[in-house]
Amino acid sequence: MPPDPLVRRLLKGDRVALAKLITEVESGSPQGTEALRSIYPHTGKATVVGFTGPLGVGKSSLISRMVGHLRKKGLKVGVIAVDPSSPFTGGAVLGDRIRLNLPPGDKGLFVRSMATRGQSGGLSQGTRDTVRLMEAFGMDVVIVETVGSGQSDVNVRDVATTRVVVLVPHLGDDIQSLKAGLFEIADIFAVNKSDLPGAPEAVRHLREMAGILMARTSWRADVVECSALNATGIEDLWKSIERHEEFARKDSSAREELAERTAKELRELVQHKMDERVRLLLSEDEGMQKLIQEVSEGRIDPYSGSELLLGRITGLPSKSPPKRKTTPRSAR
Amino acid sequence: MPNRSKNTKGSGKSRPIRVIIAKPGLDGHDRGAKVVARALRDAGMEVIYLGLRQTPESIVDAAIEEDADVIGLSLLSGAHMTLVPRVVKILKDRKVRGISVFAGGIIPDEDARRLRSMGIKAIFGPGATLESIIHQVRQTAGRHAA
Repeated sequence: MPPDPLVRRLLKGDRVALAKLITEVESGSPQGTEALRSIYPHTGKATVVGFTGPLGVGKSSLISRMVGHLRKKGLKVGVIAVDPSSPFTGGAVLGDRIRLNLPPGDKGLFVRSMATRGQSGGLSQGTRDTVRLMEAFGMDVVIVETVGSGQSDVNVRDVATTRVVVLVPHLGDDIQSLKAGLFEIADIFAVNKSDLPGAPEAVRHLREMAGILMARTSWRADVVECSALNATGIEDLWKSIERHEEFARKDSSAREELAERTAKELRELVQHKMDERVRLLLSEDEGMQKLIQEVSEGRIDPYSGSELLLGRITGLPSKSPPKRKTTPRSAR
Repeated sequence: MPNRSKNTKGSGKSRPIRVIIAKPGLDGHDRGAKVVARALRDAGMEVIYLGLRQTPESIVDAAIEEDADVIGLSLLSGAHMTLVPRVVKILKDRKVRGISVFAGGIIPDEDARRLRSMGIKAIFGPGATLESIIHQVRQTAGRHAA
């Protein structure tokens, strides 16, 4: 029995507990980490789908249709919608709920807006952990919507098994899709706004490119024509997602990718902890205060100084830094 | 990372204040709400903007899911004495604690007094400065650092 009452409530399907715990994991609090540890056995069951793509292609509107479709099938759905934080003030306007057009009082649906809070790559720090909380809460499907992404916002790859890249007609020629980044992570291309002229051409062109694009696995990217406006192609899109999920369960290249993702997560978690410890050491440890002093006065160079710091943290002996005896760097 | 490191020691990191901005009911004038949303954003808060034609129920649903600290309601329709108390009542019925409500729009002084007595933390009429709104929202969120 997990000790945190919030965790117990979450596992019983308490929405307030889910909301509060998301706040905790989003701010990286110890309570959040402890909660994640205890819910971990309840995770990994949901279908996690990422929706990414440029600004204004209709990601939210398409997700809104998809949510309606899945709720009709009786599936419980969680949505995480990420919008950017201001790099200047840290503030954010999170506006995805407007387009999600949610049915009131639906107990099988939970939507959370998140700000990137300084994270680049299209997601926020807490997105992966929020997916897990939603899984433990009992969601069958979790949909992650990235910020309106540029060409290199590909972090959705780290949290979602199936990645839908949403595009619209007239976005550019076939060379655009050869460029690195967004097009590399697509398992499915959803050509939204297919009610507009140019849609058949966009679909045909993407189908031609799909075989060339996905060189990493044996999956050939699906191209689905849809329109959030007219609610067409939604079932096709879901079928395609299910097909890819099935593929990912069986295919060895997909398993390799999972191993890659896991290694990346472990690395990030350790980096995060190291970062905290470094910050703490530098601000509170007397020896380190002295080191800072010595580096800033030019008596030790920063490269050797960082080795000393690393040695303090890992407990391993560091290459002993040459103390400059003769020519300290002149103060500016 | 800007703005999150106001208290730097160990745990208990400060997190941004989260504010719901919504227009309940049927009025279509959302310019004021947008200006306020933007001002709160620039003050370092995370504003979940719900926009037009929201029901009190959907506003409270959103506030719960988003773990908001504050709900800001904008009304220019004259329906404030119906809709604002309704939001407060639903919050109470659902035993939600820790979410305070403020309102803005065309709200006569007499009504403002009554709304305050029902627990509305702050009411802003025409001419209210953005600075005063930011200040009050910080106060009602119970935290001074955004």
